[in-house]
Amino acid sequence: MRVPLSWLGEFVDLEPGTTPEAVHAALVSVGLEEEEIHRFELTGPIVVGEVLEFVGEPQTNGKIINWCQVRVAPGDETAADGGPAVHGIVCGAHNFVVGDKVVVTLPGAVLPGPFPIAPRKTYGHVSDGMIASARELGLGDEHDGILLLKNLGLDDAPVGTDAIALLGLDDTAVEVNVTPDRGYAFSIRGIAREYSHATRAAFRDPALATVTAVSTIDFPVTLADASPIRGRVGASVFVTRAVRGVDPSRPTPAWMITRLALAGMRSISLVVDVTNYVMLELGQPLHGYDLDALAGGILVRRAEPGEKLTTLDGVVRALHSEDLLITDESGAIGLAGVMGGRSTEIGASTTNVLIEAANFDPVSIARSARRHKLPSEASRRFERGVDPQVAAVAAARVVQLLVDLAGGTADGLGSALDSSVPPVAIELPRDFISGLIGRTYSDDEERSALAEIGGLLVETPTGLSVTPPTWRPDLTDKWTLAEEVARIVGYDSIPSVLPVAPPGRGLTLVQRLRRTVAQTLAATGHTEVLAYPFVSEADNRLFAPLATTTDAAGAAAGIPAVAEVPQIRVANPLDGEAPFLRTSILPGLLRIAHRNRSRGITDLAVFEQGLVFRPVAGIRYGSLVVPAGATRPSTALEAELNAGIPPQPYSVAVALTGNTVRHQPGRAPIAAGWQDALAAVQQVALATGVPILVRQGLHPAMHPGRTAELFVATADGELSVGFAGELLPAVATGFDLPAVVAVAEITLSDVFAQAGSELHAAPIKTMPAATQDLSLVVSATVPAAEVLAAVAEGAGALLDHIELVDDYRGTGIEPGRKSLTFALRFRAPDRTLTAAEASDAKLAGVAVAAARFDATLRE
Amino acid sequence: MAGPADRPAERFEAHALNLGLVSESTENPAPAEISEAAVTAAVTAALAAISAAADSSALKAARSEHAGEASPLSRLNALMRSVSKEQKAAAGKLVGQARARVNQALSAREAEIGAAEAAAQLAAETVDVTAAASTWHAGARHPLALLQERVADVFVAMGWEVAEGPELESEWFNFDALNFDEDHPARAMQDTFFIDPPEAHLVLRTHTSPVQMRALLSRELPVYVVAPGRVYRTDELDATHTPVFHQIEGIAVDKGLTMAHLRGTLDHFVQALFGPEAKVRLRPNYFPFTEPSAELDVWHPTFKGGARWIEWGGCGMVNANVLRSAGIDPEVYSGFAFGVGVERALMFRNDVKDMHDMVEGDARFSQQYGMTV
Repeated sequence: MRVPLSWLGEFVDLEPGTTPEAVHAALVSVGLEEEEIHRFELTGPIVVGEVLEFVGEPQTNGKIINWCQVRVAPGDETAADGGPAVHGIVCGAHNFVVGDKVVVTLPGAVLPGPFPIAPRKTYGHVSDGMIASARELGLGDEHDGILLLKNLGLDDAPVGTDAIALLGLDDTAVEVNVTPDRGYAFSIRGIAREYSHATRAAFRDPALATVTAVSTIDFPVTLADASPIRGRVGASVFVTRAVRGVDPSRPTPAWMITRLALAGMRSISLVVDVTNYVMLELGQPLHGYDLDALAGGILVRRAEPGEKLTTLDGVVRALHSEDLLITDESGAIGLAGVMGGRSTEIGASTTNVLIEAANFDPVSIARSARRHKLPSEASRRFERGVDPQVAAVAAARVVQLLVDLAGGTADGLGSALDSSVPPVAIELPRDFISGLIGRTYSDDEERSALAEIGGLLVETPTGLSVTPPTWRPDLTDKWTLAEEVARIVGYDSIPSVLPVAPPGRGLTLVQRLRRTVAQTLAATGHTEVLAYPFVSEADNRLFAPLATTTDAAGAAAGIPAVAEVPQIRVANPLDGEAPFLRTSILPGLLRIAHRNRSRGITDLAVFEQGLVFRPVAGIRYGSLVVPAGATRPSTALEAELNAGIPPQPYSVAVALTGNTVRHQPGRAPIAAGWQDALAAVQQVALATGVPILVRQGLHPAMHPGRTAELFVATADGELSVGFAGELLPAVATGFDLPAVVAVAEITLSDVFAQAGSELHAAPIKTMPAATQDLSLVVSATVPAAEVLAAVAEGAGALLDHIELVDDYRGTGIEPGRKSLTFALRFRAPDRTLTAAEASDAKLAGVAVAAARFDATLRE
Repeated sequence: MAGPADRPAERFEAHALNLGLVSESTENPAPAEISEAAVTAAVTAALAAISAAADSSALKAARSEHAGEASPLSRLNALMRSVSKEQKAAAGKLVGQARARVNQALSAREAEIGAAEAAAQLAAETVDVTAAASTWHAGARHPLALLQERVADVFVAMGWEVAEGPELESEWFNFDALNFDEDHPARAMQDTFFIDPPEAHLVLRTHTSPVQMRALLSRELPVYVVAPGRVYRTDELDATHTPVFHQIEGIAVDKGLTMAHLRGTLDHFVQALFGPEAKVRLRPNYFPFTEPSAELDVWHPTFKGGARWIEWGGCGMVNANVLRSAGIDPEVYSGFAFGVGVERALMFRNDVKDMHDMVEGDARFSQQYGMTV
């Protein structure tokens, strides 16, 4: 809402010299957030001039320009720019005659742009200033000709008069953000009241003006809402007033144009300008009909099936049965509270006008405005609530202005239907507000605040009964009254008291683990990033969770498994290319990797933790019915709501490209590869304390020979929790990444579910150890981890530690087989082992490996 | 070293003369008998060779020549067999002391050379410590994640707990339960991402406030929780907006909670996060889920762009209808709630000027922060 200060000052005392900043500060203190300050960005000298004579001079380009002699100061006086009383000015416009009063911007003036005015050589003359159009002054869009003061009713302004003051161009408007509960603040009236609350300056309510010319002849109006929305009838107040004999050639006065312009509205015609002006002043949306174009009386009803309306903007609108219409015998003539119809529009020849000042149901208007994508000044106000009592005053004010400015007469034709429900009194128990705010408010503070906002107070045995004013439909309970008292007295006076919460239990296990995983990955060289979770269908298809495919050949050829991937689509995505929610973190992470590489960061290890969206195929999510607020849903309904929410497990993914060990003095670089992905997996295992089992695996987006599937042990067996390895080179290059990209993704929620069991600590054995090496030859297809497990199983309790130290294939080993060398350490808890004991244990391990995998001791 | 080594030799010479065992010859071949002169000559030659040895191999050669089997002293020692019984003690002492002196000099020189050679070895191993090659390289946390953790820690230290909820949320939790009427303009102003099909009434949560309702429904009263997390609005990405951002929500519901408690909590919070000079200002505002409602401004002298009030979030007393949605009687319990933007805090606290830096995933952005924010 933009508020010209001169207008504000009509209804509330403004100290002379009050700055827009001071007005902003005052309004902020009562809850109207400051936005911008609007001014006519111009400086003088800009004066009233009179065209004394002009000569049309045809130019080579076919244009005719006028060389004008313009009087800008009376007699022989010096003009405001220090120059002569008559200036020679070149003017391209042709809409004037000798004797017209015009606005002259003299050298030294600056117009909005900024556009400084100076003597200028043009068309063979020195043009000593400029004759201004309305647009050049910031007064509107009119640029077809120069601004003629006779069109503003200012023809009698003396030559040389300061046009800035004359036209009100020295006024300033403050813009404030009106919260959606405060419809009444979309008016000068409402802002003036709020300013009075903030400053205690005297407020004069323009809505208290006596309605002078009451209607004496009934204009037939019927309100017939056959299907109220949510039980609320569409129109509760409908006031009409006719004005006849309006002179359509009358100009809108300059002061009104100026105020409208500062308030952000363009001058259109006197009648329209008057309705807009009164709307801004009182907050009552108004509509003017060409009375002669109306067929019979007015019927307000809901739209019928298939009904259409051509609105003022020329668009044919297909109407919905919930749309509230203004109709006459010809059919729909307006979309109530949103936009008028074209058939009864006020035009250049309109002389008889019917003014409508109605009060429409906020819900009905909000829905129609949204449905037709027609947010208008009117709908914005109705949605937020308009004072039902202001309609008659506003209609009378329009009538008066049309009589005064347009030469019309009010013949008494009109109507005044009012079925609005008066505000309901609110019981306000004594001390309630002090108890809620935590500050003691005296009876006087409380009562004067509530009275100031327009409340009607009646003392009751338990406190007060407060009837809110008609312009405050947001005041519905004692809590809303508490806010009024607190804000009028001032939020700054609320004390600061730190409440003591009951003892808490700290972070939950899962919350701690999430942090530890992130800290561990960061500490081991990975950089945390946060990607948007919006992806394409192809992304989800490629990285569908657990989309294990046995089609190794297809995978090897880079063909992703084609399967119906359950996924969530956003109905109104910002990016039409990525309307789905991610089922995997990897697509976003790979795009981030690409962005980093394109910025020259080629050695990269990034990770992200966050939610992924994994609906289960065949389940219909959501709930068709949303329970009402302000009541706790039944346990069953609550369970239904929760069951309707798709699973959103917590996941972590890493991606590495380039070198993990950088090229450095004395050290060769090591390129990132599948091992790094598996190292990250082990870091996650370490961070969570949950062992993650690694098996050779297949994934449609990953290298078929360099992919591990990851599992955790659960009470029911093993659960696949993700994949690690290298991307398929074709997938990597599809993301504009190098052929080798190491990736891992782990569904952390599934890992966390296995965490938290308390460890039984093993005693540390301190007796001397016996170390032995062991080389076993097995088929190259046997996973080393399984051979290791077999040896460990066979070696038994004396085996203290075992690790794989070499994998050799080649000379001396049969093709198709490999030699795995393990380092074993044996230790007894209670004695020094003999070499023989250690050897026996080792051979027992060999025996198991031999039996299980046909392992042979390497010669 | 020459001086002290010479003086005992002179004394020894005088002593030998008293015994009348004088030999003129100091040359190899070996002396025919043990004489003071012969011993002195052998010792002098040995000490000279030892002190002349510049490294361990030269010293080894000197040891072999002057203390080895074939050395003059060894050969003199071998003559002991032929010394008369009366003179045996004196001769033995003469030769023994000579050999001890030589061995002592050898040890001393050996230690000297060893130390020098060790020092030279270390000097040769000098590296440029500013060019250390590493198998390790720096990772980093994202500052938005770290800031959320820090805020959570502030509240956990006050006994609050951290609550969570889904990002893809039911409309009831995101709106209706929080007193957003389906037709109220405040609901349209939320710029909501809706899930297909819209009849399923699922949305990407527009704020962390649905966690309020989840906490109230699932926990025993009193409730004191904070809920950091990701939220979504249909704002195009620009320098100050992003469609995906983070909030921290706090809610306390207990008997007797007041707006003064809200202010006290916020005061403590901003001082813990920004420093003891931080201040909070409340301005009247409107939110459907609080009544009374306030805008939360925060002030700190070190804010980028100068000490000033910065709009940070919203807060207020939990709306009675929100309590009713959770089945809580607003005549018995009251509560307060607040919500602040994490991105915004990073902007005014750490001078991040462009939202793009926070969302693009450029590793350099996180790496500026490292492991702490």
